[in-house]
Amino acid sequence: MAEEFLRIDKLVKAFGGNQVVKGVDLSFNKGEFVSLLGPSGCGKTTILRMIAGFERPDSGRILVEGKDISGLAPNQRKIGMVFQAYALFPNMNVADNIGFGLKIAGMPKPQREARTEEMLQLIGLSGYGKRYPFELSGGQQQRVALARALAPSPRMLLLDEPLSALDAKIRVSLREQIRQIQRELGITTVFVTHDQEEALSISDRIVVLNTGNVEQFGQPFEIYNRPQTRFVATFVGTLNTLNATVADAGAKTVTLGGTTVTIPALPASARNGEAVALTMRPEAVSLANGATRDIVLDGKVAEVSFLGSVIRLKVDLGDNAVNLDTFNDQRTPPPAHGAPVRIGIASSDVLVLER
Amino acid sequence: MKPAKLWSWLIFAFGAAYFIVPLLATFEFSLRIRREGYTFDAYTSVFSDGRFQASFSYSLIVGVCAILAGLLIVVPAAYYVRLRAPHLRPIIEFITLLPLVIPAIILVFGYIRMYNTSSPLPLLGTNLGTDILLTLAYVALALPYMYRAVDTGLRTIDVQTLTEAANILGANQATIIAKVIFPNIIVAVLSGAFLTLAIVIGEFTIASLLNRQVFGVYMQNVGANRAFEPAALAVISFVITWGAMGMIQLLARFAPKTARRD
Ligand SMILES: Nc1ncnc2c1ncn2[C@@H]1O[C@H](COP(=O)(O)OP(=O)(O)O)[C@@H](O)[C@H]1O
Ligand SMILES: [Mg+2]
Repeated sequence: MAEEFLRIDKLVKAFGGNQVVKGVDLSFNKGEFVSLLGPSGCGKTTILRMIAGFERPDSGRILVEGKDISGLAPNQRKIGMVFQAYALFPNMNVADNIGFGLKIAGMPKPQREARTEEMLQLIGLSGYGKRYPFELSGGQQQRVALARALAPSPRMLLLDEPLSALDAKIRVSLREQIRQIQRELGITTVFVTHDQEEALSISDRIVVLNTGNVEQFGQPFEIYNRPQTRFVATFVGTLNTLNATVADAGAKTVTLGGTTVTIPALPASARNGEAVALTMRPEAVSLANGATRDIVLDGKVAEVSFLGSVIRLKVDLGDNAVNLDTFNDQRTPPPAHGAPVRIGIASSDVLVLER
Repeated sequence: MKPAKLWSWLIFAFGAAYFIVPLLATFEFSLRIRREGYTFDAYTSVFSDGRFQASFSYSLIVGVCAILAGLLIVVPAAYYVRLRAPHLRPIIEFITLLPLVIPAIILVFGYIRMYNTSSPLPLLGTNLGTDILLTLAYVALALPYMYRAVDTGLRTIDVQTLTEAANILGANQATIIAKVIFPNIIVAVLSGAFLTLAIVIGEFTIASLLNRQVFGVYMQNVGANRAFEPAALAVISFVITWGAMGMIQLLARFAPKTARRD
């Protein structure tokens, strides 16, 4: 059993009568990389700022290794933080930025310089110590900000959308670098993002937030494949929705496009004749050429998007439409626009979303 | 040249002449202390006058003290208003403008009433007390310029994020102001400082009523008793004032290096 490091207990925060964090309960393990994922305005930053001590919770507690830290000022919490806007000190060079926390802590100069050099190597910027922040690219500045946060060996690292101001390419390489450094140091990390792909790719676990509530907390694999709410299912990844009618609730069968199929995920509360929405990921749908899938439907290709290694097709099924992903195959060109196709879906991949 | 352009040049030349001609005339007059031609004797006479040296250095010391005291009040105040109470900014701005609205003569009579020898705080009873009062009066006079200069400097940096970044790294409020905020607004602060110095060097009313021998009072004395030296003094004080202004312009070129936002 993993060791609990950070515990958030019934955390509530309102700004002028507008509740933005509505009783959040979370528990993070030591050394874990957790992302807070949700749309803009859902309260991610506010939660992070309460952990850092910049905002005071209206009620609820934040415990680090079992101790309530509510009474501590930000400068007593031993937490490292990276901001979206880099926030490097413009008047100091890179080495002085990184050494700032060490100097405040009273570390003697020789140790400080050694530690700064160590951090510069960690972020791959050794030799940049004498440069000023304005002489660096956005990605370099954010790496310096990371080194500055990590230099005093904080017990926890908080990152608030650290990549959102950067170009797509740098965003991907820097997020991998952050994750690698985090693994190396084994530091408990809370990473805020509104980008589901980013969260899925680097997190041990993800907290999906919506309007100040936790929708789901789990590993990326669970969040993506077993979303527990409609919000999670639609916010994380692309989702197909097929409208069907319950045929026999007891036997878990539905009518879909004129055929009757068994859906194992049909909830017990379903009633005969009721309309239900069957949902599935694009990769759960395949072109049924020889594939053994128990739901088979005929349609026409409505759109073809060539994405490189993956080809996404939109198939028109008459009263429904689905997106499906197939791998690119150098010898087989994708079906043409308007071509008739047969698709297959494994009924075990189908989710029925209740709320 | 187009007529419109010609006209704008003519107006500019007229305006420039309005300022420059009296200045040149004063300068020319200050050189004519001897019959046999132009000399700098008036300047030599001024510079070698002990009262010039005393009053000028006194003004300089009071000015520097006023700048330091003003910064100690204005920097933290402007910083806190930006960080914690932005809704108070219009009120604070209004307060800092009051010294421009209230004439110096009213200010000094108020001081004399408040701090005379029979008051609870008899600052005017001692020389040092009067010096302190004069310095504080200059702090008040410089407040509108000082506050605006510092506030403009603060606008160029992200006060909140820089404060939080330093705070989470362990810095307390005093360290944040001294190590992070102040160095990033130093150019703005210096321009406020030179403006203050320019005001203090020329000030007459308050110092004269508090009976302090400042440079302005000395100029007035000399002006009443001599012919050529006052002209030389006018040119000197003009050079000092414009030197201070020139320093502000020069400093603007070394504006703080701010982080690239992309
Ligand atoms: N200091 C504040 N004063 C008033 N409202 C705020 C403040 N900070 C955040 N909010 C509001 O709280 C909500 C959540 O904000 P935030 O936590 O920043 O969301 P996110 O980071 O998920 O985008 C938003 O509606 C925002 O406008
Ligand atoms: Mg945010």
